[in-house]
Amino acid sequence: MEKDHVPQDQENLNEGKLAKLYYATDDKGHYVKVNSVGWEPETVAMQQAWDVVFDEVEEARKKVLEGKASPLLYYIKKNIMTHSMVASYASTFGFMVRLHCRPYFFKKLSREKLEKYAYTFRISVEELLDLEQLKKNDR
Amino acid sequence: MTVNFTHKQSAHCESGVVSNLLRFHGLEFDEPMVFGIGSGLFFSYLPFIKVNGIPVAAYRIWPGQIFKRFSDRIGIKIETKKFSSPAKAMLALDQMLEKGQPVGMLTSVFYLNYLPAAYRFHFNAHNIIVFGKENGKYLVSDPVMEYTTEISYEDLVRARFAKGMPEPSGRMYYPIRVPKDFSLEKALWTGIKQTSNHMTRIPVPIVGSKGMRYLSKRLRYWPERIGDKKAIQWLGNLIRMQEEIGTGGAGFRFIYAAFLDQASARLQNEKLFNLSKQLTKSGDQLRDFAYYAGRVCKNRKSDTKTFAELGDMLEACAQREQEIFHELYELSKSK
Repeated sequence: MEKDHVPQDQENLNEGKLAKLYYATDDKGHYVKVNSVGWEPETVAMQQAWDVVFDEVEEARKKVLEGKASPLLYYIKKNIMTHSMVASYASTFGFMVRLHCRPYFFKKLSREKLEKYAYTFRISVEELLDLEQLKKNDR
Repeated sequence: MTVNFTHKQSAHCESGVVSNLLRFHGLEFDEPMVFGIGSGLFFSYLPFIKVNGIPVAAYRIWPGQIFKRFSDRIGIKIETKKFSSPAKAMLALDQMLEKGQPVGMLTSVFYLNYLPAAYRFHFNAHNIIVFGKENGKYLVSDPVMEYTTEISYEDLVRARFAKGMPEPSGRMYYPIRVPKDFSLEKALWTGIKQTSNHMTRIPVPIVGSKGMRYLSKRLRYWPERIGDKKAIQWLGNLIRMQEEIGTGGAGFRFIYAAFLDQASARLQNEKLFNLSKQLTKSGDQLRDFAYYAGRVCKNRKSDTKTFAELGDMLEACAQREQEIFHELYELSKSK
């Protein structure tokens, strides 16, 4: 890639925080360092990966509001975690996390366990239990 | 307590951290040199290992290897520590900073809030350097960032003790002895030899340029095998592995070409520069591949024809790389 061809697409997901370093060639073929703010295919691929995440979060949110799942599931998806990851944060087992994603088992959780889950998602127990917030929360 | 530390931006986090740390210790290595001597370039496609349901494709060697190989070849002695508890890990970090020693560490990108939100997935093998502490905040030199930043105690603890695969467990490292004299020539050739050997001569069909050809064959049938939606997701993942942060463009091929360029100047070897030019061309083809793949992802439509075309493009790259690295191997095997 020649240094004049390093893409600078303004439409990117970098929030102006980042201009990545690229290696590009000068007119003799020697390498120089050039910054780039963004490239469309990369942005598309990244957006696509996030769309998958957002879809899952939305699906979980609906399930929770319909009473088919506990808020735990919503926060797992929102933090892009897996059941086993949450299990190791909250020092329990994957299958227990799966159980607690069902409202019936979630309601029986002790304060102590709830605190562990809340710690995992960096929220308070009240926020974890607050369903009203989920109704407003569109994304 | 702030260490007098010069930060330089780099494309890849691991080679960037090594380059920045060594500059502090009086050894000047540009990032491509670290990447090349540490034999960072590779290709592997592992269809049987899936992350979030998507098979793993990697354009480079696995995390940690560049650092290890590089320090072995130059003769740097590194101390690595891991910790059982966050409190101990942070105390050890503070003590090192007290001594005026910048420390490299493994972190999870998810908790590094100075990065744009779009990059913050759970990737647990990101390398950063902490070089000071001011007003309760840690000063961070993240090699992919243009400037140094800072991070709060809590975020750093989270990042260092993230769970999942792999777990950083608070790992931190710093050089304890750097050599005064070493044979750069030998290190360069060893690095080149290993990369070219691994790219062309491992008798397994899923690694090296063979792996790329294998992927190109599999890729053609993705829409039939797994359906449109998933095929596009898998393709998008491939673009991300190739072009996302830390690759320097074209799945590390441009960094490696830059290394060959610099090595040819150091070794007075014109052949290496020619190969660097060829690798640039092959990298440009990979960029084209990503460009067309990006178009397919954007339209959200896949048909067998476009995927067959993409397969052809990737196969051409594989063929080219096979030739380039074969030539490199012939050149370096007797050195």
